[in-house]
Amino acid sequence: MLITGAQALIKSLELEKVEIIFGYPGGAILPVYDSLNHSEIKHILTRSEQGAAHAASGYARVSGKVGVCMATSGPGATNLVTGIATAYMDSIPIVAITGQVSTAVIGRDVFQEVDITGATAPFTKHNYLIKKAEDIPRIIKEAFFIASTGRPGPVLIDLPKDIADTKIEFEYPKKITLRGYKPNIIGHPLQISRAAEAINKAKRPVICAGGGINTAGAEKELKKLAEKAHIPVVTTLMGTGAFSAKHSLYMGMIGMHGISSANKTVSVSDLIIAVGARFGDRATGKVEGFGPKAKIIHIDIDPAEIGKNVQVHIPIVGDVKQILDEMIKSVELKGSTDWNKYTDGLKEECFDDINDSYLNPVEVIRCLSNKTKGEVIITTEVGCHQMWAAQHYEFTKPRTFISSGGLGTMGYGLPAAIGAQIAQEDNMVINICGDGSFQMNLTEMATAIENNLPVKIVLFNNRGLGLVRQLQEFYCEKRYNQVHFSFVPDFVKLTESYGIKAVRIKKPEEIPKAIDSLISEKGPFLLECMVDIDKNVYPMVLNGSSINDMIGG
Amino acid sequence: MKTTLSVLVENHPGVLSRIAGLFSRRGFNIDSLAVGTTENPDISRMTIVVEGDEYVVEQVKKQLNKLVDVIKVSKISPEDSVTRELILIKVDAEPQVRSEIIHISEIFRANIVDVSRKSMTIELTGDKDKISAFEELLKPFGIKELVRTGVIAVNRGTNTIKIEEED
Ligand SMILES: Cc1ncc(C[n+]2csc(CCOP(=O)(O)OP(=O)(O)O)c2C)c(N)n1
Repeated sequence: MLITGAQALIKSLELEKVEIIFGYPGGAILPVYDSLNHSEIKHILTRSEQGAAHAASGYARVSGKVGVCMATSGPGATNLVTGIATAYMDSIPIVAITGQVSTAVIGRDVFQEVDITGATAPFTKHNYLIKKAEDIPRIIKEAFFIASTGRPGPVLIDLPKDIADTKIEFEYPKKITLRGYKPNIIGHPLQISRAAEAINKAKRPVICAGGGINTAGAEKELKKLAEKAHIPVVTTLMGTGAFSAKHSLYMGMIGMHGISSANKTVSVSDLIIAVGARFGDRATGKVEGFGPKAKIIHIDIDPAEIGKNVQVHIPIVGDVKQILDEMIKSVELKGSTDWNKYTDGLKEECFDDINDSYLNPVEVIRCLSNKTKGEVIITTEVGCHQMWAAQHYEFTKPRTFISSGGLGTMGYGLPAAIGAQIAQEDNMVINICGDGSFQMNLTEMATAIENNLPVKIVLFNNRGLGLVRQLQEFYCEKRYNQVHFSFVPDFVKLTESYGIKAVRIKKPEEIPKAIDSLISEKGPFLLECMVDIDKNVYPMVLNGSSINDMIGG
Repeated sequence: MKTTLSVLVENHPGVLSRIAGLFSRRGFNIDSLAVGTTENPDISRMTIVVEGDEYVVEQVKKQLNKLVDVIKVSKISPEDSVTRELILIKVDAEPQVRSEIIHISEIFRANIVDVSRKSMTIELTGDKDKISAFEELLKPFGIKELVRTGVIAVNRGTNTIKIEEED
């Protein structure tokens, strides 16, 4: 039976077991939306295409499946771009489908034409402009394979309107033949035994867990390794949740706003075992000052990450789960050592109690962490609030900290929370945001309410752009420019106008009760905390400094 | 330092722009790039001469390998390979200097492919050194135009750069 290209696309998505698409319709993608009418696949209509891309990415990060988003040509496609780039920087598997003008007029600047494959080439793992309807099934199959294997990432498929209308005989390929794509999976046994030997010999080892642990589902192996040899663990921002923050071996997040115990542990260690981490500049600070006394074992699935940012002594390329599993066998059992005593001491120094007379965001996050036992899904926007969330919420599970690490995209948290909530209906999803970021995509509250998604929002309203203000304080001698809003809406009223309950607090004693209301609310909820814009994130490592050199650390 | 890479790629539209984009985006410098199909029409072979130290070349190789359309990247070592480039050079050639130009061309085994009243166009194939020497010698006559293909290279002996086909 002959079916149209658009029908073939939907059928292929069904065969890839896609359950949900986040998207926004338009002219060039009409045939696809028409075919979607007859499909079991659910479609979530977001309020902008950027929202759709972030939602697909939040969905992917929580579920481990490929997130799918869809938009029309031209402005629809360009609105996806920020979401695609965000997913790329954090290695998140999404497939983005865009409508395109008909092949006969491509290149003539017709209405809503944009070269989206050209535009997204730098930040997609791969992309396709479909030229023949017969290619649709193969391309969909390849796209899902590429997005989800090896180091995951976004794949974009651009579908011209005439191709979507062309009739073809549908046949879904059984096999994929990609000569140029062979994701490396198995770690080299010799390298693994060299690494184990180095671990056995090390006096002051530390494991640095990155987002790769979350991606590979290697949290059990990580825990086993750490416990067997009594190795303290630090995480990168992306590795948050990969190792329970409540574990006695956990030292905290490293980096520019890392916890002092974590930064100090790395700085004095003699062996850094980096697992699924890419030594990003925000994590390492000045490279020469990163573990200056340490040998480095680097385990990663992407060979291009080895030696890119730091020199490594023992590289192992492959699936971190398999490699850790193999390595643990040759790692010797060790009890607590002087090194552990030392690192425990570092930890005690930095977690003091808060008893402030003003509403401290850190206290709000700690209270939230306690009352939710560190078990819910936290999404964040970008800014001070993001750093406080990563530092002070005690994440106990992988895939529960959903934040834009690599690109630092304001506006990510709310749509990502929508995707996250769909991925895990039974868990609570809380977006921690600042008023700057919240205003970028707050329209997605409509998507939440429309789809009965009980997404919670903790909004720190400091009437401005806290983290940039902090940068101006340090780097521009307090010449503050464009970081204070002279107008902010009444967020409580605004939220209520969406039919979402909202509460505003101003004093520290209001925190526990407000958080109880947030947790016990069945539907979505917004808690607005009126906070001071002068509240900085500490510790802070200045540009060009080593992570051991912390202000307020 | 210059390094020659031989890159086998899928013969798709858009592959060239992906590769060129990768070089500019990551700040790698291309000294020359030549591309054409191979014995297998589905596969093109690019010969890319890269400028940079060992770290840069290693990064170029790895980043190229990450592209789905790139099938294989191999480094070509100068000792074990034959490298060639073709140039077309148009020189001022008034009748009184013609015989001298022809003489130089003969020494270099270059071919004169076009002659007009005032100019000659010469084709020369060779490695970098030979081509530079030739260019130097012709300079005094006045070079009107010079076009080069970019370097191509193959390994010496039975050594080949091929994809390992598997089923
Ligand atoms: C889309 C985007 N634009 C600009 C920035 C630069 N930036 C980083 S943090 C920040 C301020 C964020 O303000 P807010 O969301 O209110 O959070 P706060 O720092 O006040 O907690 C800005 C503007 C960014 N990260 N993303």
